[in-house]
Amino acid sequence: MIHSGIRTSPPSSTADPGVGPGIDEDDLPPGDLAALYGLGVSGARPGLLDYTRQVWSRRHFVTAYATARLTSMYANARLGQLWQLMTPLLNAGVYYLMFGVLMGTRHGVTHFIPYLCTGVFVYTFTQSAVLAGTRSIQGNLSLIRALHFPRACLPIALTLNQLQQTLFSTGVLAVIVLAFGEPLTARWLLVPVVLLAQTLFTMGLALAMARVGARFTDAAQLVPFVTRTWLYFSGVFYELTMLTKHAPAWAGALLEANPAHVFIALMRYALMRSVPTSSLPPHVWALAFGWALVVGVGGYVWFWKAEEAYGRG
Amino acid sequence: MADQRKPPPTVIVEDVHVVYRVHGSGTGRGSATSALGRLATRRSLPGTREVHAVKGVSLVARRGEAVGLVGTNGSGKSTLLRTIAGLLPPERGRVYTEGQPSLLGVNAALMNDLSGERNVALGCLAMGMTPEQVRERYPGIVEFSGINERGDFIHMPMRTYSSGMAARLRFSIAAAKTHDVLLIDEALSTGDSGFQRRSKERIEELRQEAGTVFLVSHNNGTIRETCDRTLWLESGVLRMDGPTDEVLAAYEDFAKRGG
Repeated sequence: MIHSGIRTSPPSSTADPGVGPGIDEDDLPPGDLAALYGLGVSGARPGLLDYTRQVWSRRHFVTAYATARLTSMYANARLGQLWQLMTPLLNAGVYYLMFGVLMGTRHGVTHFIPYLCTGVFVYTFTQSAVLAGTRSIQGNLSLIRALHFPRACLPIALTLNQLQQTLFSTGVLAVIVLAFGEPLTARWLLVPVVLLAQTLFTMGLALAMARVGARFTDAAQLVPFVTRTWLYFSGVFYELTMLTKHAPAWAGALLEANPAHVFIALMRYALMRSVPTSSLPPHVWALAFGWALVVGVGGYVWFWKAEEAYGRG
Repeated sequence: MADQRKPPPTVIVEDVHVVYRVHGSGTGRGSATSALGRLATRRSLPGTREVHAVKGVSLVARRGEAVGLVGTNGSGKSTLLRTIAGLLPPERGRVYTEGQPSLLGVNAALMNDLSGERNVALGCLAMGMTPEQVRERYPGIVEFSGINERGDFIHMPMRTYSSGMAARLRFSIAAAKTHDVLLIDEALSTGDSGFQRRSKERIEELRQEAGTVFLVSHNNGTIRETCDRTLWLESGVLRMDGPTDEVLAAYEDFAKRGG
């Protein structure tokens, strides 16, 4: 019995091709037969709303994955979870040595160490989430090929993982800020608001970079250089006015609208009374939430558009 | 006459062709010299090599069927399963399925640096279970996998598992959920006899729950015991599709003659 054409009857059990009255299934083209029984095209991308519903139904997976990553990250280090606090502190220390002591960019800033630490910690959140997002598809191919779940869960979970780390370092930051004599003010209530906007922005960027990283495996090598360049333009170690006062107006406006600088400036403003309102870029809140919405939603939609392509090949 | 009607189809494969595109000599990893060589060869050899793995396969599988796939190595069995699962896009043709098929392969790993326990929880949550359901089914999954038969392995990282243990745990996680369509690629051959018996029973249960099971195996005994219908693929072409006994007899005859 050599196969020819489409065989629609199961071989042994029901040799009798008795179908319901009216329709002879065997004569139907496969597409119509599929439509008759409501079968969907395998691996097709669901609609945006459907997709969002699927992501939401996997929220427990997202949080469990984020926590699992957090615990496994330092599993092999002797100091373990202590590194969550040490890493940002050591980073701040290195930058203090470079920019505070050696190069002396501290002039004009009242409390340079809290000022620097805020910049470093806020920037580290976006930087590490973007890097983790870039690797999220390529680094989890086995998981992607083993189980079906909306792939956006991975970059979202990795962003939340970084947010968890950021909450740790924000705690450290609060202690540093208070230790340098900054008072506890009502402005501190703005901290969660700034973090919310930054998380949305970062998540969108991580999703977009996940798509880039899935397509071009070399992106994971390139991204650290991009984020480092971005770091130097974001006023982490110095007042951005040092750059803007010599720059043409359009370049100054661009530098001030830089989302990383916007979030850093807002966080400094929220935590430190010595940072005056006048240091904030114009329309700073509109900028912060504009970036959060545009990049957050845009990155999500752009990631979704290639959903069926992740993990293939 | 209503019970004479055929069960509804769950998988319809319509004239599917699958083409792999192979870039140069490998993937994005390797030494610097090989990367430079790749750049050079890409320049000298524009375009990539194509492998036509599946050539115009059509079939309809129905609810409650267990379908075996046989064929020599490289005949396109695994590729066909991956296409049905929606993990490889067909070059031409279409695959329609009921719900989302799940593919169980030997190469699919979960997260190796995490414990088996964590992997069970994550796998179940990824399949869309609620935390309550996971808690409820966790003991059953561990018992089914037989991971703890020789000591407390479930709390060890998965990288310490033998390949057989890892395959058993993966199968147990995937089998914990009722699937409309379950695709099994050699996943059963790794377990010991006790596990093989349990998984055969579980496949039978999944069929009773009105699912469809596809099984790739090089062990004709497994196919004979599990499947009542078998497909024989050779060089990406469907040579035969029929009752397991007939197809296996022809395939074994072919294998003997072919050497």
